[in-house]
Amino acid sequence: MAGKALVVAEVKGGALRQVALEAITAGRRFEPSEVIAVLLGAGGLDEPAAALGRRGADRIVIVEHESLGAYTPDAYLQALLQVVEREAPEVIVFGHTAIGRDVAPRLAARLGAGMVSDAVDVRSEGGEVRIVRPIYAGKAFEVRTFTDRPAVLSIRPNNLPLPDEAAGRTAPVERLAVDLKDLRSIVREVVKKTAQGVDLAEARVVVAGGRGTKGEEGFRLLRELADVLGGAVGASRGACDAGYADYALQIGQTGKVVTPDLYIAAGISGAIQHLAGMSGSKVIVAINKDPEAPIFQVADYGIVGDLFEVVPILIEEFKKVKVS
Amino acid sequence: MKIIVLMKQTFDTEEKVVVEGGRIKEDGVQFIINPYDEYAVEEAIRIKEAGEAEVVVLSYGPPRVEEALRKALAMGADRAILVEAEAPPVDEAFVADVLARVVEKEAPDLLLAGYFSVDNGGGQVALRVAERLGLNHIGAVLKLSVDGRKVRAERDAEGDVEIVEAELPLLVTAQQGLNDPRYPSLPGIMKAKKKPLERISPADLGVERAEKTTVVDRFAPPKREAGKILGGTAEEAARELVRLLREEAKVV
Repeated sequence: MAGKALVVAEVKGGALRQVALEAITAGRRFEPSEVIAVLLGAGGLDEPAAALGRRGADRIVIVEHESLGAYTPDAYLQALLQVVEREAPEVIVFGHTAIGRDVAPRLAARLGAGMVSDAVDVRSEGGEVRIVRPIYAGKAFEVRTFTDRPAVLSIRPNNLPLPDEAAGRTAPVERLAVDLKDLRSIVREVVKKTAQGVDLAEARVVVAGGRGTKGEEGFRLLRELADVLGGAVGASRGACDAGYADYALQIGQTGKVVTPDLYIAAGISGAIQHLAGMSGSKVIVAINKDPEAPIFQVADYGIVGDLFEVVPILIEEFKKVKVS
Repeated sequence: MKIIVLMKQTFDTEEKVVVEGGRIKEDGVQFIINPYDEYAVEEAIRIKEAGEAEVVVLSYGPPRVEEALRKALAMGADRAILVEAEAPPVDEAFVADVLARVVEKEAPDLLLAGYFSVDNGGGQVALRVAERLGLNHIGAVLKLSVDGRKVRAERDAEGDVEIVEAELPLLVTAQQGLNDPRYPSLPGIMKAKKKPLERISPADLGVERAEKTTVVDRFAPPKREAGKILGGTAEEAARELVRLLREEAKVV
């Protein structure tokens, strides 16, 4: 392919999201003439732009506008259309994040483009790019090809490798002024509910609890373990239905699908709809009182025991390791 | 007010998925309304019950989908439209193209749909329909209030909650937690049998098949093997686990 690849890079809490770098990898697999990264926001995009340069973007376009501070589909779509009009990319890559999921399909529709959502791999085979994505929340996978260009895809965090970092590498940074008008949604307020800003879908470590946590007390323990490991807390449907955890934390075929490096399931039996949401994790640890629990069938390491006994010891042991 | 709910029939989430020769086997599978679409159906009926509205449920899929539409009618929707496909359609651009033609004719004030489907999981179709028709949208909604033409919604943004205001006409996609869908009552089920269900074909809509993506293969995930059970006391097992995660798995 000779055309350009455009990566829509996201910033969260002032920092570049890792999935933006994974998106550079995805874009490269199309063998484009160049990989351009675009950053949208109300300001503070210089540091993320530098990070994109060190990690392999060939050119960075910064789009700053006061209406791009809080996400709305109208503002983001209009801004992206103006970037697309200028660059005419053949491939556009998003992270499969809250924003990517919300705006990418609209952009694809506007461009009359095909889109493959939630890609976990992008392979170039015999001159054709093949996209692998989970279906049925990971109970199966499908391979798709695009019949046409431009092609739009959103990639699932934590699945594609990061481009190598070159300390001295830089890339040209351009600024594009955009005209945004007739914005139809107003964001009145953002209520922060997530602790520490570790997003469940992007976390390298997920500590998840089920009915065995018996309630909020159990989840406080899991939160402590997740904090020590720099991870996020998740929950099974059983725990959410019982009111022990918020639905935003639910992992499974309904809820979120996660693929962290380390998944620790505490007090989760392992119903098939839960397994669908986490079986793609690299390493799975199960802690459960019931030795017959199905979760042990997919776990790399299992401890048959009471999480209220095991987890506090794990917290202490990991703390020691962190110190040493 | 007219409300259209885009819905899809999916495998029950407790079903295993068997891939054979690049196809998903449907034999003996229990089907349900996609859970996220079911929240959308429920929300539409609640809006109707709180004021006045016509609720139309719309799906594009194989003949078996009638069962899911009948369930939505039994819950309280007024009529159903099924655009019939021979096999479950896949390419989202094409599906949206088909559905947009119907939605355009119906010209709803509020379009509702699930945030994504638990089978294909692309989360594209409803947003594409909105874009084609020039409708604004609020996605992944946890709480919705409609007052005249004004809409206020709480939406899930990766666990944080955004409070967003907009006006009709609008697409709203339902996130888990929006409501607790009702079970159809027996009188509801009886009434549903007599409610109108219109069948149309994509050809009636003047849509030519034009997929933008093609599925070239499907496969089952690599099977995970059960690993080691760490024995001993809780303390011994926990220590051994920390050691293995560091030295063998190298993930911490």
